[in-house]
Amino acid sequence: MTNENLIQYIYGIADNSLILGQRISELCGHGPTLETDIAMTNMALDLLGQTRSYFQYVAELSPKAITEDDVAFLRTEREYKNVLLVEQPNTDFAYIIVRQYFFDVFHFMFLKALENSKNINFQAIAKKSLKEVSYHKRFSGDWLKRLGDGTEESKQKAQKAVNDLWAYTDELFHMTENDKVVAEAGYGVDTTSFKDEYYAVITALLQEATLDVPETKYFQKGGKHGIHTEYMGYILSDMQYMQRTYPDMKW
Amino acid sequence: MKNQDTMQDKEQMKSLEDIFEAKIARDEKIEPKDWMPEKYRKTHIRQISQHAHSEIVGMLPEGNWISRAPSLRRKVALLAKVQDEAGHGLYLYSACETLGISREELYDQLHSGKAKYSSIFNYPTLTWADIGAIGWLVDGAAIINQVPLCSTSFGPYARAMVRVCKEESFHQRQGYEIMMTLCNGTQEQKDMAQDALDRWWWPALMMLGPTDDESTHTEQSMKWKLKRKTNDELRQQFIDQTVPQADILGLKVPDEDLQYNTETGHYDFGEIDWEEFWQVVKGHGMCNKERISARKNAWDEGEWVRDAALAYADKQADKEVKEAV
Repeated sequence: MTNENLIQYIYGIADNSLILGQRISELCGHGPTLETDIAMTNMALDLLGQTRSYFQYVAELSPKAITEDDVAFLRTEREYKNVLLVEQPNTDFAYIIVRQYFFDVFHFMFLKALENSKNINFQAIAKKSLKEVSYHKRFSGDWLKRLGDGTEESKQKAQKAVNDLWAYTDELFHMTENDKVVAEAGYGVDTTSFKDEYYAVITALLQEATLDVPETKYFQKGGKHGIHTEYMGYILSDMQYMQRTYPDMKW
Repeated sequence: MKNQDTMQDKEQMKSLEDIFEAKIARDEKIEPKDWMPEKYRKTHIRQISQHAHSEIVGMLPEGNWISRAPSLRRKVALLAKVQDEAGHGLYLYSACETLGISREELYDQLHSGKAKYSSIFNYPTLTWADIGAIGWLVDGAAIINQVPLCSTSFGPYARAMVRVCKEESFHQRQGYEIMMTLCNGTQEQKDMAQDALDRWWWPALMMLGPTDDESTHTEQSMKWKLKRKTNDELRQQFIDQTVPQADILGLKVPDEDLQYNTETGHYDFGEIDWEEFWQVVKGHGMCNKERISARKNAWDEGEWVRDAALAYADKQADKEVKEAV
């Protein structure tokens, strides 16, 4: 296993936090209550904080003299390895919550496993992030119950979001060739090992929220290979705007 | 009999007023459960809610740059800053609610245009340097307005302000540090910083309020310790403090008449465009409509979410009752 294997592996983890953090940041000041605004901003801060820890490690591993910002802002779209789920738009509060919950449950299980990595940097990041993500999972899970078992309107909206976003859950467990190499070396995580547990947990919560569990067998994937939805280009053009317009400057 | 009652009422009122005035004179706090004159209550609702609205409307121009912040460190700092503003809004709305008005009523007043908020937030944020300039100048002017409020007479407001001022002063340093980084950078970055100062300087001076002879609330507010200095005194303090900071940055304050007066020990400055000030206050600034409609949209589109939370809470309460039976 080479440093390049590790770097690619980190992109597969950290780009999820970066892009979801970016998506949630778009909402700051526009939430349904001041309290949800504060809570969601907290989650964005946690995710971006995690991203920084991962990318600072990438900068250490890289043979080139690069910074966390080069990694975050100066790759091309195909080089971002986040799953498609996290780039989905903020269609409404139901989509925001369902997207978050589907990701949070995965993220929590992933970090639990990453805590046992042989790599001490991964252990440390996982340990710190777990505290944060257990809160995210509780926040999004509680809201999903409120929306599902709230009013008729909220139930419909939550169900629609669940049905639409379900197709992006399977990709969370897709192991690329690189993922396998890093997992076999004892550094990475075999996500297939907790796939059944993941679906059991979210199914139980959807049932508690009085929502139907989608039965579709058709899933979307591509993000982990850098093939994104059309939303991604717009996320990056916003996010990279300053670094692209004013290259090589300190901010 | 009736006359006697009225006499008694009047005497009672007089004694309540005396107790209230004496408390303020002794620098003791007025708490929500204490008796207070109706005018005091109304003035405080107006001022505290205006302040709360300014915090949450103020999230919008800065929020405009979160997704485009130039580095991860700056993105995180800006998010945290905007989150602090939401937090300030929350304490201030809570302080206001202790005076017997609901959050919904306060939001209605903002959305209908009945309640005002600081006009500075009706100016657009056009470049990254605006984020630096807002921290440096707008938070700087806000601190000058707000520090005296830490010892104002109404307890919940004074206590909220202690925390708000600590955070604002951190924000101001952060804004100045953004400006400093730009001014130590390339020519393009320096130009960006100068352009931001050119656009934000005069609106920042206007933040300290109309001149003393135009200000309607000063005298009463002084008595209740809602104000300790007049608008003109505060403005002078802001200018005296900020001009040397601009000098350190190597930026030029956009005022041809600005000059240090060795006799007074203060800077003399040029005429403020009060026509522009009143235009923006009256709702005709560049972003007034966008700011209000962004707040109104967030509230209207969030209604089904809030309804769902209430319905869910009711169902849970019913379940608990049934389980208890």
